[in-house]
Amino acid sequence: MPAPEPRPALEALRAQVSRLEGQGRRRRGVLPFGVPEIDGRLPDGGLALGALHEAAGGGHDALNAAASGLFSAGIAARTRGKVLWIATRQDLYAPALQQVGLSARRTIYVAASSDVDVLACFEEALRHQGLGAVVAEVARLSMTASRRLQLAAETSGALGIAIRRWRRQTDAADFGQPTASVTRWRVSVLPSVPLPVPGVGRSRWLLELIRARAGECADFEVEACDAKGRLAPCRLALPAALADRPDQEAAGDRRARA
Amino acid sequence: MDADPDGDRAGLERLALWFQHRIAPIVAPGPPDGIVLDTTGADHLHGGEAVMLENMVTRLKESGITARAAIADTWGAAHALARYDRGRITLVPPGEMAAVIADLPIEALRLPVDIIDGLHGLGVSRIGPLASLPRPPLALRFGPDVARRLDQAFGRQAEAIVPVRLQAPVQVSRNFAEPISAAETIARYITKLVPPLCAGLEEREQGVRRLDLLLHRVDSRTEAVRVATAMPVRDVRRLTRLLCDRIETIDPGFGIERMVLTASLAEPILHRQGISALIEEEEADVSNLIDTLANRVGMQALYRFAPVESDVPERAVCRVPALAPEDGKEWPDHWPRPTRLLPHPEPIQTMAVLPDHPPVFFIWRGIRRRIRCADGPERVFGEWWKGDAELTTVRDYFRVEDTSGETFWVYRTGDGEHGETGSQGWFLHGLFE
Repeated sequence: MPAPEPRPALEALRAQVSRLEGQGRRRRGVLPFGVPEIDGRLPDGGLALGALHEAAGGGHDALNAAASGLFSAGIAARTRGKVLWIATRQDLYAPALQQVGLSARRTIYVAASSDVDVLACFEEALRHQGLGAVVAEVARLSMTASRRLQLAAETSGALGIAIRRWRRQTDAADFGQPTASVTRWRVSVLPSVPLPVPGVGRSRWLLELIRARAGECADFEVEACDAKGRLAPCRLALPAALADRPDQEAAGDRRARA
Repeated sequence: MDADPDGDRAGLERLALWFQHRIAPIVAPGPPDGIVLDTTGADHLHGGEAVMLENMVTRLKESGITARAAIADTWGAAHALARYDRGRITLVPPGEMAAVIADLPIEALRLPVDIIDGLHGLGVSRIGPLASLPRPPLALRFGPDVARRLDQAFGRQAEAIVPVRLQAPVQVSRNFAEPISAAETIARYITKLVPPLCAGLEEREQGVRRLDLLLHRVDSRTEAVRVATAMPVRDVRRLTRLLCDRIETIDPGFGIERMVLTASLAEPILHRQGISALIEEEEADVSNLIDTLANRVGMQALYRFAPVESDVPERAVCRVPALAPEDGKEWPDHWPRPTRLLPHPEPIQTMAVLPDHPPVFFIWRGIRRRIRCADGPERVFGEWWKGDAELTTVRDYFRVEDTSGETFWVYRTGDGEHGETGSQGWFLHGLFE
């Protein structure tokens, strides 16, 4: 990519806007993904700390939030300090979070009784100094609520992740509504990396950056979190048709016999 | 397990307080293994002496303590009977005591070990013969203890029970000339009540675990606010904040004329040295956040997961309090585990080749999924030590990925060959990414 030409007028305008938004005082740094393709698309080269981010699953995962949950756990694993995980339905399996680097010693779970409680606890936790990340599973997130959360996160510097998890597939259309979150991600599963031997390979995700404040939307194909919560770019640019070829399916059937 | 005399003594003291609360006012712990109660005038409240003893022993048994109980005219006799009589419960009618304890061994007399040994050397092993010996030679040889214990046991010499006393909780209160009802006013007086409470706690070097705020209304009703903390706290701002968060639950009615703030559960604050090394990083303290959240959702709704040594997936995790000490254990990392574990495994319809092939497809929640690739089986055996039903049971877990890329954790109950290992039905237990 050629280096952009310096445009002093635009830079001055950007500086003025960021001063108006009060970001200059509260710049908290970023948490890079470690994948240049993704970090290059995000302002400042990573997920902003002291900000609210949203994640949701695509397809059936909008209800189960398994991939988006693991994606969030991978991000939380790379922060420092305790992690608070707030949900109304608690069905996370802690050994799986340990496998992406989020130790059970660091994670405190809050079982809230309603979405209102989730948001109240979320805001309270985001205001607290000293947490690495706060993850909350909510269905509805209004503009007002998300703005409160964003302001709360700015005061403390904690990373807030709202996992959007709905009860019905039709409710998932709610993800199009605007909120004050800084980035918004959709995580959809792709067929896993084909292995030369029978078995299930490393999972792959389609990460859609649907919204980024001061950034542009983008799609990434990545390999799922490793044992330290890091993503990896898909090196094997196999077209999907190749992975789903009939002979591959036959190989899949043979796989468990080993 | 090592002996813990200090812990035993503290436990006896707590138990004595419980007896004082339930049975009779004069109670003293008798270390190392007993509690003495003066039940004079209290037995009829519990349905008579026999019923009372039976009740006490049953209640202790329910909480895991095997106890023996005896009632006699004197402390000495009751002590001897509870420890050296055959029955679990012994009742001695007034006046018959001398005959009953005469047969008991002299160890029952609360005498030092060297005196007991000396008496055995004289050929005395029962209380009856000892009591009939002439006193002056005994006193000359063993000192005054033998005569004193004998007189105490037979009721010729009085013995006082020094009762345990419950330390009164730290309490502060405030009366109002004019009843108050506005939320701001209540908040203002809370901020005035908390500092003297903390000062009182500081004198005792304690911190509060549970705090009760009682608000007496002008119509003789009482509103109560209770807050609890995960660790002992003596911080004015934190306690004020916890109480003020709950003001909205107070119904002041026509006004509040008296506020009482009690530290109903206080514990010593353990001071800890701060980290001074350069390489270690101080872990931020989250206990104040835990308290604030617990105030809203309840202390039991905040927890961490901790490993349990079990291969059965749903038994491998247990919930521990959020600030429980860490034991450094981790789950083994042999096999991938699903992100979401269903609370109950859900039955699925499958087609699979027995005995050890993954399904070709399965139907879950009305959706049919073709399986593209699979890992497994991972065999989990039943835990025979939990019950006979698990003696032979087996689960075969497979990690299966369908054509769209979604990955599931399914299992078959049974090994696919032997009927006694399970019903051979298929279940979906978890969802990977």
